[in-house]
Amino acid sequence: MLQMTPPKETYLSIRDLWKAFGSFIALKDISLDVKEGEFICFLGPSGCGKTTLLRAIAGLDLQTKGSVTQGSQDVSNLPPSERDFGIVFQSYALFPNLTIEKNIAFGLENAGRSKQEINARVAELLELVGLPDQGRKYPAQLSGGQQQRIALARAIATNPGLLLLDEPLSALDAKVRVHLRHEIKELQRKLGVTTIMVTHDQEEALAMADRIVVMNHGVIEQVGSPTEIYREPANLFVADFIGEMNQISSSVAKGGRLAVGEKTFACLPHEFADGTPVIAAIRPEDVIPHEAGYLESSGNRNCIDVQLAEMEFLGSFWRCRLTNERFGGKELIADFSINAVRRLDLEAGCQMEIELPDNRLMAFAKAGQGA
Amino acid sequence: MTDTTQSIMPAGPVIKGKLSRDDIIMRGSMIIIALYLVVSLVFPLYAMLSKSFSTYRVELSQYEFQVSDEAGTFDGSIMTGAELNARSGTFADAELSTGADGRLPVTGFFPDFSFRSPVMYQIRNTTGTGRFLIGSNLQTGTEWVTLDSNTFRRVQLRPVQARGLDNFVSYFSTPALFNSIKNSLWIAVLSTVVTVSLAFWFAYALNRSCMKYKGVFRLIAMAPILVPSLLPGIALVYLFGNQGMIKELLFGASIYGPIGIVIGSVFFTFPHAFIIISTALAISDARLYEAAASLRSTPWRTFWTVTVPGARYGLISAAFVVFNLVITDFGLPKVIGGQFNVLAVDIYKQVIGQQNFEMGAVVSVVLVIPAILAFAIDRMVQSKQVALLSARSVPYEPQPNKKMDRIFFAYCTLIGIFIAGLLAVCQFAALIKFWPYDLSLSLNNYQFDKMDGGGWGSYVNSIKLALMTAVAGTAVVFFGAYLVEKSKGFRTGRAIFQMFAMLPMAIPGMVLGLAYIFFFNNPANPLNAIYGTMAILVVCTVTHFYTVSHLTAVTALKQMDREFESVAASLKQPTMKLFARVTVPVCLPAVLDISIYLFVNAMTTVSAVVFLYSPKTTLASIAVLNMDDAGDIAPAAAMGMMIFYTNALARIIHLLASRGILRRTQAWRSR
Repeated sequence: MLQMTPPKETYLSIRDLWKAFGSFIALKDISLDVKEGEFICFLGPSGCGKTTLLRAIAGLDLQTKGSVTQGSQDVSNLPPSERDFGIVFQSYALFPNLTIEKNIAFGLENAGRSKQEINARVAELLELVGLPDQGRKYPAQLSGGQQQRIALARAIATNPGLLLLDEPLSALDAKVRVHLRHEIKELQRKLGVTTIMVTHDQEEALAMADRIVVMNHGVIEQVGSPTEIYREPANLFVADFIGEMNQISSSVAKGGRLAVGEKTFACLPHEFADGTPVIAAIRPEDVIPHEAGYLESSGNRNCIDVQLAEMEFLGSFWRCRLTNERFGGKELIADFSINAVRRLDLEAGCQMEIELPDNRLMAFAKAGQGA
Repeated sequence: MTDTTQSIMPAGPVIKGKLSRDDIIMRGSMIIIALYLVVSLVFPLYAMLSKSFSTYRVELSQYEFQVSDEAGTFDGSIMTGAELNARSGTFADAELSTGADGRLPVTGFFPDFSFRSPVMYQIRNTTGTGRFLIGSNLQTGTEWVTLDSNTFRRVQLRPVQARGLDNFVSYFSTPALFNSIKNSLWIAVLSTVVTVSLAFWFAYALNRSCMKYKGVFRLIAMAPILVPSLLPGIALVYLFGNQGMIKELLFGASIYGPIGIVIGSVFFTFPHAFIIISTALAISDARLYEAAASLRSTPWRTFWTVTVPGARYGLISAAFVVFNLVITDFGLPKVIGGQFNVLAVDIYKQVIGQQNFEMGAVVSVVLVIPAILAFAIDRMVQSKQVALLSARSVPYEPQPNKKMDRIFFAYCTLIGIFIAGLLAVCQFAALIKFWPYDLSLSLNNYQFDKMDGGGWGSYVNSIKLALMTAVAGTAVVFFGAYLVEKSKGFRTGRAIFQMFAMLPMAIPGMVLGLAYIFFFNNPANPLNAIYGTMAILVVCTVTHFYTVSHLTAVTALKQMDREFESVAASLKQPTMKLFARVTVPVCLPAVLDISIYLFVNAMTTVSAVVFLYSPKTTLASIAVLNMDDAGDIAPAAAMGMMIFYTNALARIIHLLASRGILRRTQAWRSR
């Protein structure tokens, strides 16, 4: 989808942005470009600075240093009212004493629009968010999901150039959340509005974003499309934070192979020197199961024999815990398809072999070491 | 995981945000309201503090005199005032220390003085600070003034102002004065213990038992808020005074003094203690009681291990509030204190009785100390109670217990009789022609125009004051609270504003009133014009009751979504539009609460305004005081009950109005 559209211009540009609260530094030297019409997610654990960054972009809490350029205008020190954005908060922040219509119309007033124009626009927006006949109700009479759609309608009423969503779905229950994230994404695509959403829910980010900005401790760990972030995490934090990742202590052997115990594995290219202690990492679903004796028969050197210690049925696949003393007491987690389990006749306690494909096995610096 | 190599922020200027129009409006308004508090609170208090350190002394060495012979020729010999006084012994040293208005005649220095004598005198100041009067003309120059004997008779030396602790020294060396400290503390502690104990069991009965008529008891318990604190004093005079209805019950002890003050204090502080303790008891967690019951704890043990610890912050807070109310109260001890002096009355006596403003200021400073301490501790305790509140708990549901419910009912009935009884006595007294001699009913006592105190005009003034205070005060307080809660940045300014807003609670009314005299009655003050007008009474009353109103507003505002202002800014709508269209309507219940609080207090307050009313702006509450002072006790009771009925009516109107308005404007609350 993204590849098919022609390359767009940078709409929002953040340069060398710092934010300090007293002696605590919440954002460290953030630089980021957002293209026009893009849907960006700021993803990270709580306290990573993602909301702080969003509020700096909105001008709600000014950054300490650095610049923000929106469109072609430097908005670094402008108050929110002089910037061009719509915002939706986790709490919805709907005005409780105003009807839905009045809430949506709030931003349309005092801008030279006639009453009819305003009413028409409100009706259009209500239609757009799928609540055409709820205009006369008060916010408290709507469900959480409906309220959040109204908040969205209010935010886009004035056609802002930038839509900011601060954890918009966190207060909703799981089913509504999944449903609404589709709708928001759909709406965003339809309007083509540049959107930044803050979330701590990786699934949400993966499902909605064109690009994800993974943040931790006030720095950007990686920026990339959902598949890039998932398939090629830049570092151990991203690898661990998004999806699941097996981590095995190892060191770099000759030829860049990863040594686990006396066994070495081929892996994706990396830049570590021989002998460097590293973490070998692979996702559970990338582990390929084989029957015992496969290594002998195939000569695939990325195979290892393991004992299947425990199996857990999770509906569409089996989650298996695999042990081998070379893993340093750690279990390897692997997700095997139901097919594979049936074909190989796997059961708890059996011996088997697994393959760690060289195009899926990654090497990362140990935590605390420079990238 | 984290890259720590670049965690040091580069040097260079920090980004300064450009202020939006809203920011400027909000900061500007906040500064204006802060200035209001500075002018109506900080400056007066400073004036009072500086007054307490002001001493006035006639410096005799600053004057020089010459005397001529009978022919009127001066021989050139010059004597200072100090030498003359040493020789003649006219003034003792203590006489030289006077007040701001002190004047000393000088003829006593010259034993041969006769106003018919042809002898001429010359006098001059030796320094620029020296001052003396010839008749009413002030002389400050250092050149010689020649006067004949008859004019010299009219020369008076004026004192020089200095700063020092002399006033405090003289206060603490006057047993009659500093005994009041002991008296005040003793009365306050005793009243606190009695009130808090009584209020605790009353609140306990209403929260933890299944007795009947809880609503009625609640209503009765709140009644004392509606009357001036001196009204129970009048009732007690009727009951136990020299011609009291049941004075035998005191077995010869006199109601005039500590006994009367304590009983009256219990009456007027009861609702305050009751509300606080009741709130504390209402939030307790039923799960703790279930746990105690499952562990087979005895009710007595459960009471001491669950109930009391759960309510301890409420109890402590109530104790300090009551202590503060009693120690700063003026009306009650004035009416029933007799010869028993307390601090608040001392201020009044020093200022009104003796015109000794400096000493009044000294007593004020002494009174402020325990008041501020009690206030500070109360604030600390309250901040802890908030933490307790945030815990999610299951509300306690009392179970019927016939025996206990009956005991509690009897107890509450006794308290109810005490409160309603004192009010009834006042009403009864107001309708009796001439107690105890002519017990026929009449409305004579309502002919206020025939008594001291300003007549019905005072009553009208009081209503004017209450309405103006309610309207202006609510507007200022709520707007100020909004600005301080919702404006962005400007942290120092907001902190200072918060401090100013909390200060009035710690300042006793008497102190505030006296401080206003010092500040506003100064002819050099451009605001001097409001002295003696209704405006100063409104300003004083709003400021006096600022803190509670401010806290009510802040509590309501804190419940508003923090992001409303951000949303409005992102929609490019002025904050003031948000304030008018959303904030005020949503906070309307709190706004109405603030206005009725200000109204009721403006009707009942005595302490601050007693120094500030003028013949044109006499007030009903002051009229009660003055009529009582003049011996017209029955009319005083009648006026006191007028205040009660007015406040009760105001509360009913407030209730109906809030219900009506809420139904119309708060339709959104219903799902």
